[in-house]
Amino acid sequence: MRRRLTYALAAPLLAAAISLVVSSIALLLVGKSPATAYRAMWESLDSADALVTVLNVAAPYYVMGLAVALGFKMGLFNIGADDQYRLGALMAAAVGAAVTLPAPLHVLLIVVVAMAVAGAYAGVAGVLKVTRGVNEVVSTIMLNFIATGITAYLLTVYLRDKRVRLQSETKSIKPSGWLPSLNRALGWVGYHLPSGTVLEGFIVIAALTGVGFYLLLSRTRFGFDLRATGANPWAARSSGVNANGMIMKTIVLSGAIAGLAGMGPLLSEIHKYGDTFPTALGFTGIAVALLGRNSPTGIAVGALVWAAIEQASRGLAQAGIPPEIGKILQGTLLLSAVVAFEVVRRYGQAAEVREAAAKANAARPGQPLPAAAS
Amino acid sequence: MSVTTAVGAPAIELRDIVKRFPGVVANDGVNLRVTPGTIHAIVGENGAGKSTLMKTLYGAHRPDEGQILVDGVEQTFRSPRDAIAVGIGMVFQHFMLADNLTVWENIVLGDEPGRSFRIDVGAARRRIRELSERYGLDVDPDALVGGLGVGAKQRAEILKVLYRDARIVILDEPTTVLVPQEVDRLFDNLRGLVADGVTILFISHKLDEVLKVADAITVVRMGRTVAEVAPSDVTARDLAELMVGSELPKPDTRGSTVTDVVALRLDDLVVKGEGDRLLLDHVSFEIHEGEILGVAGVEGNGQSELIEAILGVLPIDQGTVAMAGRDLARVSTRARREMGLGYIPQDRQQDGLLLAAPLWENVMLGHQTQVPFARGQWLDRQGALRRTRVVIQEFDVRTPGPDVAALALSGGNQQKLIVGREMTASPRVLIAAHPTRGVDVGAQAEIWEDLRIARADGLAVLLVSADLEELIGLSDSLAVFLRGRLVATLDPSTVSPADLGSYMTGAREAASST
Repeated sequence: MRRRLTYALAAPLLAAAISLVVSSIALLLVGKSPATAYRAMWESLDSADALVTVLNVAAPYYVMGLAVALGFKMGLFNIGADDQYRLGALMAAAVGAAVTLPAPLHVLLIVVVAMAVAGAYAGVAGVLKVTRGVNEVVSTIMLNFIATGITAYLLTVYLRDKRVRLQSETKSIKPSGWLPSLNRALGWVGYHLPSGTVLEGFIVIAALTGVGFYLLLSRTRFGFDLRATGANPWAARSSGVNANGMIMKTIVLSGAIAGLAGMGPLLSEIHKYGDTFPTALGFTGIAVALLGRNSPTGIAVGALVWAAIEQASRGLAQAGIPPEIGKILQGTLLLSAVVAFEVVRRYGQAAEVREAAAKANAARPGQPLPAAAS
Repeated sequence: MSVTTAVGAPAIELRDIVKRFPGVVANDGVNLRVTPGTIHAIVGENGAGKSTLMKTLYGAHRPDEGQILVDGVEQTFRSPRDAIAVGIGMVFQHFMLADNLTVWENIVLGDEPGRSFRIDVGAARRRIRELSERYGLDVDPDALVGGLGVGAKQRAEILKVLYRDARIVILDEPTTVLVPQEVDRLFDNLRGLVADGVTILFISHKLDEVLKVADAITVVRMGRTVAEVAPSDVTARDLAELMVGSELPKPDTRGSTVTDVVALRLDDLVVKGEGDRLLLDHVSFEIHEGEILGVAGVEGNGQSELIEAILGVLPIDQGTVAMAGRDLARVSTRARREMGLGYIPQDRQQDGLLLAAPLWENVMLGHQTQVPFARGQWLDRQGALRRTRVVIQEFDVRTPGPDVAALALSGGNQQKLIVGREMTASPRVLIAAHPTRGVDVGAQAEIWEDLRIARADGLAVLLVSADLEELIGLSDSLAVFLRGRLVATLDPSTVSPADLGSYMTGAREAASST
């Protein structure tokens, strides 16, 4: 057990160390002091407001990471999470602004629309794969561009708020369609945030999604079939899994969760879809899923780290450090994490094999040593 | 490596080659002498050691003992490059060609003519055309490999080795993928090569073909050379008996448990392959409850396709598969498994295990929708663990516990786990492909006993195996497969080795097959 813990920590620590070294080198090359940079970053995180922001930013990253990880677990690369969530968010914003319902229903409607639209768009790539064998990496990236065009068209021509001149955006959603903040709930347990700091309610949704992800994958038949297909498609096939059905279900579900990720900004902060809506959430989700090795707890940590680096980078400009250092940190962390995880995994596996062989041998001495793998 | 050759020396001589792998001695003192300018065939069953021997000759691995002499000069090959440098070329059973490149690109790959960054395309294509014409191989250097038929691809592979100045060409089971007309054409090409002084080594288990084309035959069995003969001196029956051994294992003489209830029935099953080839050629048979049908035949004669068709993962072109009287035409693989179709796959790692997953998840594989592994849509982890412990206990799986990853187990223990998983799931029909592969002798006997007990309880088994002791010891009836056809149905207690070998290798066709 202790060995397992060591292995679990070894890779991330190693990755963190490597990324710090590389970033330090980059800083020195432009004549800046790493110490100053890291101190400025640390100070940027050193307030309740900063930590709350990190949590708020991390929540959609987390959900997006889960969406992508679901696909990864099945061997499916849903690179199109980006376009799926934006289409979903646009339609959800338009629908949400067009109606007024009692609060819980209003929010529910918006979420359902986002997930349905995003899931359906992901289904396009799924159909292409199932009927024509089109690789989903290629199709989802191409569909990205198409979605950008479609969203722009729909927004500027049909769905925009005509009263706003300078930018394209949908009408604002009425307050019944807003996700309440958690400040009051925190107050009940005796924790009061300074005014102006809002802990968004989306965190609850994100956490629930994480739990749902875990339950689905580890505790249901569907999750078993999904993981089996990702681990060994031939064995899964012989065990009765319908390959095409699995592909469709997984990619649509992945898209739907991506749609859910976009609901953080929409329901808590911006309340309309327009030029200010965050883009590239999908790609952050991929990074975070990789950092978290597709596990719900790992992705949570990854999302927090990613958001923390972003937040920490805000204080850099003031200290005279180029804020791009944050991006370098993120990028090298991702790269070294992937490598480190693989190295540690092989190490751990070899150790497990040796241990099992030793124990199996100890039970019956005199038997020839079993081969490690036949 | 010396350039001088001893006069009159054999083109290839292998002396007392021994090669060991963990758990098995693949070559146990093999001797081979090949006269230059002849077609020399090496015959033997699967597992006899032919492929291992050829890999040694090709430099893919070093022998543990023994010597290799080429043209009378002793050689040591550290890699295939050394063998190629001495003039040995190998055409593999599974082609190594890139479909998206042309023939000439495939041929020069790794050995490009020209200097620095420029490939001398003209020289390459000229040489290839010249070789192609000289030996009647008739391959267009500019053709895209992806569009070529199997026979043409094989000829491209032969060109590959000729391009590298091979004077000794080894072919590994070349006719497995060819239809009869292509086989004749290949043999013509080989005779043409030999007329030019090239020496051909030809691995095969198809005795009818071997007798047609070889100048000399070496028979290998259980890792040893058992005979070196000339085709004019032997009949196919003699060869078959040499291959299989003069004595077959004694069958189990306990009472028969075969009932008249049909558990699995195949009717005129046809599965088409590339071109005109039939992977399964109008196969029909029945297995009753309480019966074990053993499928005999060298690997690659339709056994895999048979299994996949019954499982439902390979589409059928014609005919029906019925289980317990029910036509499985529109029944999914999952439904078939739920109906009680058990499966012990022939390649445990590729088809039977999730290597990185713990044992208890592997025991669920194939049964994940049923009790005790699932309750409705939810997995029953405790149920799975309980069943896993039962399997570990009853099938003697050596493991620290049910949570260990499958890859940590030895091959034999993995196999025991799979057998245990299938047998404890109360199957009605069991497909058992090489069920005791890699398992130690003691556990093997126990698995056989388990199969017999289950059979007495009404289980129907399709047993595919290369182990004659297993086949003869367990089967109530033997079905021999050759080239996708059921060529003979034999009684294991009375079949002679020569007969069995003859049917398996095509030396003899059955007068009527059931």
